Amino acid sequence: MGSPDVADLPAFPFIGPDSNPFIPVQGSDLERLDGPLGKVRLPFGGWAWLVTRHEDVRQLLRHPGFSSDQYRPGFPVLNPIPQKQEDASGLFIFMDGEAHSRFRRMLTAEFMIKNIRRIEPLIEETVVDALEKMRALGPPADLMAEFALPVPSMTICHLLGVPYADHDFFQLHSRAIMDRESGPAEVEAALGALGGFLAELIKAKRTSPGEDLLSRLVAERVIPGELREDELLSMAMLLLVAGHETTANMIGLSALALLEFPEHLDALRADPSLAPGLVEELLRYVTVVRTGLPRLALEDAEIGGQLIREGEGAVAMLSLANRDGSVFKDPELFDPQRKEAHRHMAFGFGLHQCIGQPLARAELRVALVELARRFPGLRAETTLADVPKRHMAVTFGLGELPVTW
Amino acid sequence: MSARVTVDRDLCCGSGNCVVTAPEVFDQDDTEGLVTLRITQPPAALQESVELAVQLCPVGAIDMTRQPVGEKG
Repeated sequence: MGSPDVADLPAFPFIGPDSNPFIPVQGSDLERLDGPLGKVRLPFGGWAWLVTRHEDVRQLLRHPGFSSDQYRPGFPVLNPIPQKQEDASGLFIFMDGEAHSRFRRMLTAEFMIKNIRRIEPLIEETVVDALEKMRALGPPADLMAEFALPVPSMTICHLLGVPYADHDFFQLHSRAIMDRESGPAEVEAALGALGGFLAELIKAKRTSPGEDLLSRLVAERVIPGELREDELLSMAMLLLVAGHETTANMIGLSALALLEFPEHLDALRADPSLAPGLVEELLRYVTVVRTGLPRLALEDAEIGGQLIREGEGAVAMLSLANRDGSVFKDPELFDPQRKEAHRHMAFGFGLHQCIGQPLARAELRVALVELARRFPGLRAETTLADVPKRHMAVTFGLGELPVTW
Repeated sequence: MSARVTVDRDLCCGSGNCVVTAPEVFDQDDTEGLVTLRITQPPAALQESVELAVQLCPVGAIDMTRQPVGEKG
């Protein structure tokens, strides 16, 4: 396709209507796509195929001929990435093949469901602590600031082995990174402060290890010479960023969804064993990675009957795949009882599927069960239309969620 | 129907979906976190959840072949 045509393509990323945060894409944008695989104009130049059907997204994300390496020329970049590749030495979400699996395999055991069960009491403690602090502050209160944001960052503190004395420092700076009010200079300063802090922490784990992820990786990988300290630092930053904003936005949007459908909140309060099924439907319905997952074709490949040529980009639209009527009956309906909810791809698909999903599920489950139990009179002090939405963020979320009880 | 399950640990990316879906059949080893099998011939009652695990596996590392009882081989 020649460049003159690119200007006529629908501009991507799409954003949902301001009237309802649970509608991932405006109908008018979808109408402009020519077929199940349509072409869209990218924010930093060029164009890509937009892949929207469930089966096609599965095919694309499982296909070995597509790269995740954002530093390859022609990659369909959707969000700003570190300028220098050296700064991304451990950012294995942007890697392919052996380079990717080398890092991923150092972490898979850490995030296994049986290991996450071991830290579940810490998640419970974190959730209860945040909720009781919120109670002391209000009513009213901002559920995003007092609950949705602190729970995942405290959980990551526990996981990485950040000492208690440093939790406030860690929270403060990771908050600044996620804060939509932060300018680029503030984000950079916070990243620098956290990077410096984690680099020192990694050094400290050499001499005084604890029962935590960083200590184990230092002892098992860094000291034997399999992993450099800068790579571990970069991995730790990735875990922080990937595990914080995504989970925080899921907690906030899940709370809003349950306040919108209070019968399901009541049902959860009456029977906490409903939580796992409810969480799967929330993951499907909310899908915070709204811009989708970009890939670059390294060879000619056919996806959903469309030939994608070597050098062309494609974006897997998780949010639309999760509303595919051929897989999910009445896909626009929020239905925690639906049997097929677990077929959602909110965590992606293929080799790069979210490694932290057992942790995310545990955090969501505990957060929602305790919220329902401890705040039986919880109400939103906003509406779906008025609640501030962060459309342009890497993961979709709410700017704030005013609640009362 | 009798069934036989196979897994490819070279493909496995340790997402753990199979362990959530069919914990009676799948596990992850303690050092690498990659898929292991508790049993290779799941009884009929478990075959549906294994089928689901095959579908949910992000990398297609699980396979199940079914045979009518009596036709061994």
